[in-house]
Amino acid sequence: MELSDLKASANPYREDKVYNSCAIFGVMDVSRRCFSGDRVFAAMENMFERGNGLGAGFAVYGLYPEMPDHYALHVMFTSPQGRPATEEFLTNYFRVDRSEPIPTRKTPGISGEPQVWRYFLKPLFDAETVLEEEDFVVDKVLQLNTSIADSFAFSCGKNMGVFKGVGYPEQIAHFYRLEEYQGYIWTAHSRFPTNSQAWWGGAHPFCLINWSVVHNGEISSYGANRAFLETLGYRCTLFTDTEVMAYAVDLLMRRQGFSPDAFAKVVAPPFWDEIDSTDAEQRALHAALRIAYGGLLMNGPFAVVIANQDQMIALTDRIRLRPLTVATCKNMFYVSSEEASIRLVARDPDHIWTPRGGVPVVSRIGLLPKPNPETDNVGAGAVSARGGNTDEA
Amino acid sequence: MKRKASDFAIRSNRLAEFAVERDYSLCIGCEVCIRQCSFEVHYVDEDTSTVRSRPEKCVGCHRCAVLCPTRALAIKPNPAQYRAHGSWSGEHVKDINLQAETGGVILTGSGNDKKAPVYWDSLLINASQVTNPSIDPLREPMELRTYLGSRPEALRVREGKLIDALPPVVQINTPIVFSALSYGAVSYQVQLALAQAAEELGTLWNTGEGGFHPSLRKYGANTIVQVASGRFGVSSDYLNSARVVEIKIGQGAKPGIGGHLAGEKVSKDVSATRMIPEGTDAISPAPQHDIYSIEDLRMLVYALKEATNYSVPVSVKIAAVHNAPAIASGMVRAGADIIALDGFRGGTGAAPKAIRDNVGIPIEFALAAVDQRLRDEGIRNRVSIIAGGGIRNAADVAKAIALGADAVYIGTAALVAIGCTLCQKCYSGKCNWGIATQDAYLAKRVNPDIARQRLVNLVRGWSSEIKEMLGGMGINAIESLRSNRSQLRSIGLTAEQTRILGVRPAGE
Repeated sequence: MELSDLKASANPYREDKVYNSCAIFGVMDVSRRCFSGDRVFAAMENMFERGNGLGAGFAVYGLYPEMPDHYALHVMFTSPQGRPATEEFLTNYFRVDRSEPIPTRKTPGISGEPQVWRYFLKPLFDAETVLEEEDFVVDKVLQLNTSIADSFAFSCGKNMGVFKGVGYPEQIAHFYRLEEYQGYIWTAHSRFPTNSQAWWGGAHPFCLINWSVVHNGEISSYGANRAFLETLGYRCTLFTDTEVMAYAVDLLMRRQGFSPDAFAKVVAPPFWDEIDSTDAEQRALHAALRIAYGGLLMNGPFAVVIANQDQMIALTDRIRLRPLTVATCKNMFYVSSEEASIRLVARDPDHIWTPRGGVPVVSRIGLLPKPNPETDNVGAGAVSARGGNTDEA
Repeated sequence: MKRKASDFAIRSNRLAEFAVERDYSLCIGCEVCIRQCSFEVHYVDEDTSTVRSRPEKCVGCHRCAVLCPTRALAIKPNPAQYRAHGSWSGEHVKDINLQAETGGVILTGSGNDKKAPVYWDSLLINASQVTNPSIDPLREPMELRTYLGSRPEALRVREGKLIDALPPVVQINTPIVFSALSYGAVSYQVQLALAQAAEELGTLWNTGEGGFHPSLRKYGANTIVQVASGRFGVSSDYLNSARVVEIKIGQGAKPGIGGHLAGEKVSKDVSATRMIPEGTDAISPAPQHDIYSIEDLRMLVYALKEATNYSVPVSVKIAAVHNAPAIASGMVRAGADIIALDGFRGGTGAAPKAIRDNVGIPIEFALAAVDQRLRDEGIRNRVSIIAGGGIRNAADVAKAIALGADAVYIGTAALVAIGCTLCQKCYSGKCNWGIATQDAYLAKRVNPDIARQRLVNLVRGWSSEIKEMLGGMGINAIESLRSNRSQLRSIGLTAEQTRILGVRPAGE
């Protein structure tokens, strides 16, 4: 398979985009304590029916504490020619301080796996700002993915990494020996694409620098979103909703410095009636965001977990057409497509609730979110105090 | 006015276009038809004291047939036709005869009536099934609100506060705007109805190039004023009384052609509104004589922005011509906040028939090509695009938006709503429906209240249909359809046409 021809790899039937549905899960320890992925694997296995074995993956933060300031590039090679070409490309733009195969093992049910390698890089680039350096890295990674045959970089952040492929989540975890790693944020994904072909690079999470996205959605505005992003220079090569979501994250939060709340007001904005009824300052802000970034309104069902080294964000579309439950338990923040998976791994949550559509729930280092009974969907059992809606009820 | 049939010798050897059939078993001789027809088709034959007709004068507007109290009249294509011929149609023979008689340019009105393909009809809209839910607009919010004007590349937001101010943008509640219909070309009653309908709908109407009547200025918040080559009525007050200022470079029905309002139509009121002497011809030159190049356009755009203190968007309207994408790119760089594209099926009050039917390109191609070019150059977000010239129904609107338009202009459709039957005699000033005329006797046939209500009904009906289509696609805001070409598929088009429209063939 020629990975350089991403169009053919990602979208063999040349659909407008690849259609799929999913399970998503995320967990963060806001005290930054690293933990193993056991309960992530268990939570994902509990949502087995939401995937069909055609793609799964994990993003882990706090992954490489021994090399926290290097860009950790994870690359998959589909032929023996991929690696030398990639390594020659990398040495032109980076100092490669360490390179090694990502440890894997034979896993029942997994076949056709590519070679996977990781490189710890310092850019050969005198940047005046962090942003410029990050733009350089993003640019080179996208260049690698579109110009070097048989190679696909799927992770490029610092002290974090993505592991993904074609299989069920527990198979992918087994394949990458994920039980050997620890992190303070884990996000996970299981795919249900509607066509039978799948390729390793098309699995989630999607990652640009430190930002990762796992996404369950079917965005009807895909063409409009894509047109908007391509106008700004992004090249959509993977034909998935997740790709446009990842680029929107990159544009608004990484490059333009939007808060999660401002980001949410763009991709899942309030209705005009709501905007018109808020106070003048809010009205001006929210109207301006819709007018300027109307092309980034993600219209249609989605639920997404977005993370970087400092935070984890849970968000659904503005009329909440995809499920998402969040919970806190001691220092931990949980996000899941299904409440059952949270209750499986955090039996006694402090708070558990269904956030309102379009309202981001954000955990930051040192700061747990709390439900707002006035704005969150407070249905029967949606918000409960400790134990209030569990077995003893 | 009773004359003998023999008073009217037929001086032309042209066959009449229409046959006027009068059922004498129904006709009561009330003479309504005579009073209604400004083209003097009907008359009383004094010899027999019966109402008779001169079909060679009939323009096919059907006013008489509709108003005949006993339904005694039927206007039909003349069954007597020239001998059929594969390459010389009756129209060719008729036109040659007309020019052989007069030596003049054949004038016409309304839009191109030739059978050029309408590409809207070759585009099909998508709907959601299984993988994402459709949305019922009767049960859930469905947003058509649109903003016209330039948008910034990026907004800076810090700690929940907006740092940058937006450039001036104009809110419209539905992406349908009434296009330019000037006072002079249409009657005051028609402009009044358009202005009131725009206000009631929360959209815009366009004065055209004939000035802005003082009594309509109270609708300024819903008004686009034009600055065209004749500069009729343009003053500081004029520019500052409107919500959008539009520079008219061209018109889809007559690209490259100016205008000529005959002195007889320049009444006292038209004279005051256009700021020209009463009874003089109002000539709109073919070009704007201060715009011979793109940098000249930039100067006029900024002169208008200065004159309006940067408080309103400046639109530039061009006819859709072959190199529209390159021109549009230049217009954006010249500072236009809105680009109006008028396709070759667009209407007019008067145009040479040879121009109307042969110059320009279809709006579908121009729109798709311009949107794509501006995206390729990374400047699409700096302007809004209004597409016009042959928008006939709600589906055309939805397809135009999916091809990249922010909104559409409707002119012909608005006039049809008021009563126009597309007889194409707008240039004659004798419009029996009271629309394209300054004759007070004819113009009062348009009741502005009824016309306003019909315009409002039309746009509301279309808006509801657009909401149904959006909901079907699983979209609840119009901006999510803009340039969303994956919601369109083509049927019956060549691969090349499909490529230019930026869509894919049905089934793929």
